[in-house]
Amino acid sequence: MVIRLLLALVLLPGLTAPAAAQSAASTPPPEIAKALAEVASSDAAVQEAAAVVLGKTGDRKILPLLEALREGSVYVRPLPGGKKETVIVGDKVSEGDKTLVPLFSAYGREPLVGPGGKPLLIELSKLEEVSTGRSLRLVLRPLIDAFSGQTQLADPDWTVRQAAAVKMGNGGDPGSLPALTEALAKEKDRWVRYALEEAIALIQLKSGPPAERVIAATKLGALGSTDALDRLRDVAATADGPPELKQAAAEAVKRIERWGLLTQGIQVIFQGVSLGSILLLMALGLAIIFGLMGVINMAHGELMALGAYTTFVTQGWFQSYAPGAFEYYFLVSLPLAFLVAGTVGFALERGIIRFLYGRPLETLLLTWGISLMIQQGLRLWFGAANVDVLSPKWLSGGVPVMVGIQLPFNRLFIIGLATVAVAGMYLLLFKTDAGLRIRAVTQNRGMAACLGVRSRRVDALTFALGSGLAGLAGCALTQIGNVGPELGQNYIVDSFMVVVTGGVGKLLGTILAAIGIGGLNKIIEPSFGAVFGKVAILVLVILFIQRRPSGLFAAKGRYADS
Amino acid sequence: MQDFSRRDFLKTTAAAGLGAAAGLGFPSVLRAQGGGTVKVGVLHSLSGTMAISEVSLRDVCMMAFEEINAKGGVMGKKIEPVVVDPASNWDLFAEKAKQLLLQDKVAVTFGCWTSVSRKSVLPVFENNEGLLFYPVQYEGEECSKAVFYTGATPNQQLIPAAEYLKSKEGGGYKKFYLLGTDYVFPRTANKILRAYLLATGVPADNIAEEYTPFNHQDYQTIVGKIKRFSSGGGACVLSTINGDSNVPFYKEFANQGLRSENAPIMAFSVAEDELRGMDTSSLVGHLAAWNYYQSVETPQNKKFIQNFKNYCEKNKLPGGSKRVTDDPMEAAYFGVYVWKQAVEKAKSFDVAAVRKAVYGQKFLAPGGEIKMDEANHHTYKPVLIGEILKDGQFKVVSRSKGLVKAEPWSKYTSPDKGCDWVGHQGTYQKKA
Repeated sequence: MVIRLLLALVLLPGLTAPAAAQSAASTPPPEIAKALAEVASSDAAVQEAAAVVLGKTGDRKILPLLEALREGSVYVRPLPGGKKETVIVGDKVSEGDKTLVPLFSAYGREPLVGPGGKPLLIELSKLEEVSTGRSLRLVLRPLIDAFSGQTQLADPDWTVRQAAAVKMGNGGDPGSLPALTEALAKEKDRWVRYALEEAIALIQLKSGPPAERVIAATKLGALGSTDALDRLRDVAATADGPPELKQAAAEAVKRIERWGLLTQGIQVIFQGVSLGSILLLMALGLAIIFGLMGVINMAHGELMALGAYTTFVTQGWFQSYAPGAFEYYFLVSLPLAFLVAGTVGFALERGIIRFLYGRPLETLLLTWGISLMIQQGLRLWFGAANVDVLSPKWLSGGVPVMVGIQLPFNRLFIIGLATVAVAGMYLLLFKTDAGLRIRAVTQNRGMAACLGVRSRRVDALTFALGSGLAGLAGCALTQIGNVGPELGQNYIVDSFMVVVTGGVGKLLGTILAAIGIGGLNKIIEPSFGAVFGKVAILVLVILFIQRRPSGLFAAKGRYADS
Repeated sequence: MQDFSRRDFLKTTAAAGLGAAAGLGFPSVLRAQGGGTVKVGVLHSLSGTMAISEVSLRDVCMMAFEEINAKGGVMGKKIEPVVVDPASNWDLFAEKAKQLLLQDKVAVTFGCWTSVSRKSVLPVFENNEGLLFYPVQYEGEECSKAVFYTGATPNQQLIPAAEYLKSKEGGGYKKFYLLGTDYVFPRTANKILRAYLLATGVPADNIAEEYTPFNHQDYQTIVGKIKRFSSGGGACVLSTINGDSNVPFYKEFANQGLRSENAPIMAFSVAEDELRGMDTSSLVGHLAAWNYYQSVETPQNKKFIQNFKNYCEKNKLPGGSKRVTDDPMEAAYFGVYVWKQAVEKAKSFDVAAVRKAVYGQKFLAPGGEIKMDEANHHTYKPVLIGEILKDGQFKVVSRSKGLVKAEPWSKYTSPDKGCDWVGHQGTYQKKA
C-alpha cells in the first residue's frame, strides 16, 4: 500500500515538487550510512553483518530497506566521481524497449529527484543489483518481524495491533516485553489490551523468574487464554518444575478449558442461527409462492442470482459515478435487487406461468427451463467467470463479544435482514387487506374468487413478492459467498429442503425448519465433518418427511384441493 | 463454437469412412492429413462448472496456434484446431475424445483440467494411439504413454510449499491444518503432505485434516476449528479447496479475526484467473505455490501477457484486455510449442515418432526455460511461492534453485515406484 501510494505521489507531476523538497532533508547518521554502503557488498558475510547493525539501530527509517532487500529491489547506483549509492527501486515502467525505474533513498525510502525537481527515472540496466542470498534472507526475517511488530503495535487499525500482540506473545521473545508494556500503557481498546496482557503473561510464563511465572500462569487462567493452553499443559506436566508453578498451571488449564467449552457452546449457537437465517432468507420467497399457487419455482435460485448481479452492477455504478458514497452502495442495492427480481418474477408470471396453473409438472419443467435460460443469459452477459462484489468496510471484520468469540458483521447483518424480512412478511400477510386476500386465495381459491377476490391479480403480486424476496436473498448472499452464473444452483436444494420440511404454505413452519436445519447442521458438523454433516442432514430430513409427509405444519381446515 | 459447415461435415465423414475402410492397417500414417493443414484437438469444457477455468486454456491454446500459423505453421502445414465442448461432463469427455481421434483424426490433443476428466479419456487415448498434452498440476500417481504432463506433480508444488512454511525464512511453522474439497486431488495431496510432514518430524498431533463437499459455502465451523488449532501460534493452513468455495472460506477466515501474520493459508488451487472473480481484500498476505505467476519478470513473459491481452481484445472475448495469465495457462501454452518442436525434430506427425522426440525437449516458456523429462512424460519446472497482493497478483517470495525434476510417484508415499517409458515399459517398481 505504502509503496503504491508513494509511487502514485511520484508519478503525479503536480505533487512531485513539494514531496521531493521535503525528502531531500533527511540524511542518515554516519554509522548507518556506513552500514548502508556495506549492505550492498558482494561479500555475503559483510552484507549480513551490516544488516544486523542496521536492524539493531531500531531506526524505523531502515525498515523499508530491509523489506526491499528481502524482495530483491535494492540496487547500487554509480554516482559521478566513482562514488556509489545504495538505492531502492520502485515499480518498473516500460518505455519503448527500455525498462525504467523510479529511485528511492535507502534511508527512509524517500523518492529521489533529478534536476528540475522531477522524479528520477533510471534505466534498470544502468544499475547494479544487490544479490540477496538465502542466508541473508534468513537473517532479515527476524529483524523485519521485530521492526514491523513495533510499527504494528501503533497501527490505527485495532485488528492489526491485536494481531501483532498475539504474534509477539506466541513468539515468546523477552526482547519484545518493553514494547508490549509501553503499548499497554497507551492502549485504550479493550480487546487489544486483552491481547497485550495475554502476550506479556505468555512471555513471562516462558522466561520470567519463578515467582513471576506463577503469577503469569494464574493470570493466563483468569484471562481464559486459549493461546496459552498448550504451554500451560507443558508446564503442568514438567517433572522437575517448582510445585507451586505446576499447581498454578494446572488450575489455569482447568479454567481455560471450562471457558473454552462455554465459548464453543455459544459459538455453535451463533453459527446455527446464522446458517438458519441464511436458509430462511433463501426459502422465504419460495415458500410463499409454493404455498399460494402450488407452483414449484425451479427458477428461484436464478432469481437469487439476478439479485446478486444487481448488487454487482450497483457496485460498478457507485465505483464510477459516486466513489465517495461507495460504502453505502450495499444499502442501495438491497431494494434494487428486490425490485429487479420482483419485476422479472412479475413478467414471468404474467407472460408464461399463468397459463399453466393447476398443472404442477408442466410448471416445474417450465420454471426449470426458465432457470437454464436466465443462467445462460447471465453467462453471456457477464461471462462464465465469477464477478467480484466487494464487501463495504462496515460488513467486513467482526465484533469481539467475549474472549475467543468474534461475531462477523456480515453474518450479524444477514440475521438482522432475515428478521426484518420475516417481520415484514408477517405484517403484510396478517395485518393488511392485501395479506387477507393472499391468505384467502391460499386457503380456497374458488371460494375466494366467488367472494370477489381477483385471484389472478393476487397470484401475480404474490409471485412478484416471492421473486423479490429471492432477489433480496441473492443480494445478501454476495456478502458471504461468490457471485457467478451458477450461484442459484448452489442454494436451490437447501431452499427446497427447508420449504418441504416446514410444510407447505406456513410461514412459521418455514422459520422453524430453517433454524432447525441450520442449528442441527452446526451441531453435527464439528464431530462428523462437513461432508458427513451434509449427508446426515439429508437423511434426517428424508426420515422426517417419511413420518410427516406434509412437513412440520400440515395445512388444516377446509382446503379446496385437499 | 467451431465453424463446422455442412459441407465440412460431409467431407470429414467421408474421409472418416475412407479412413476406417482403408486405414485399419496403418492408422497413424493417415492421421497426418494432406491439404496443407494439420488438425489438432482442443478438449476443454466451455460450459458447465469447469468452464470458469477451462475457457482460458482454450483461449491460450488458440492463441498459440494463431502465432504458429502466422509464422508458417508446423513443418509448412497450418494448424487447424478442432474445438469440442465436453461440457464439464466426465462421460462426454471420453465421447468427445473418441470423436477427435477417430472422426477428426487429430494429430495431437490439448485438454482436460480435472483428474476425473483425464482418467475418463485415458483409455481412449491409450487404445487409439492418441497423444494428449495435460496442462494442470495434479496429484501424480499416473504415467500414461499417451499423455505428456506439463503441469506440476506433488513434489513440484506441495512439498516445496510445506518445506517453505517449515523453514526459518517461511516462518518456521509447526502445526499444519490440511483442508480440502472432497475429491481425488486434495485427498491424494493431503496423503502425500501428511507423509512428508510425519517423515520430517512433525508430530501427528500437530496435523489436522478436513474435507468439505463441492460448493461448500458455510465455513463457520471449520474456521472456528482452525482458530482453536492455531491458538498458541505456529500454525498454518495448507488449502486444496477448489473453485467457488474459496471466497466464503477466506471471508470467514478474516471475519473471525484470523490474519495471515498469525496463521497463513497456503493455497494450491488459487491462481490469478480465479482471483479475477474474487474480492481480494480478505486474501491479501496469504500464500500460494505454483510454477508460474503473471508477475514473473522475464522478457518472454511480458510478451506473452501482452499478446494474450491483445488476442482477447481482438477476438472480443469476455474480459478483453483485463484478462490475466496463470500457471495452467502457461503450461497449456508451452505444451503447444513443445509439440511443435517435437514434430519438427521427428519430421513427422506420427504419434510414436513425436512422442520419442518430446523426450528432453527444451523450451523457453514465459516463466523461464522448462525441459521435458527424458523418460517419465512429465516436465522439469521451477517452483515459486507467491504472496497474494491487493490487485489479485502474486509477489514471489521464494523460488527454487533451478528446475525441479517431476516425480509422478511421491517418494514419501510410494518410495518403491517410478516411471520410465524409455528404459522400462512405463511404471516400474524400484529395486530395494
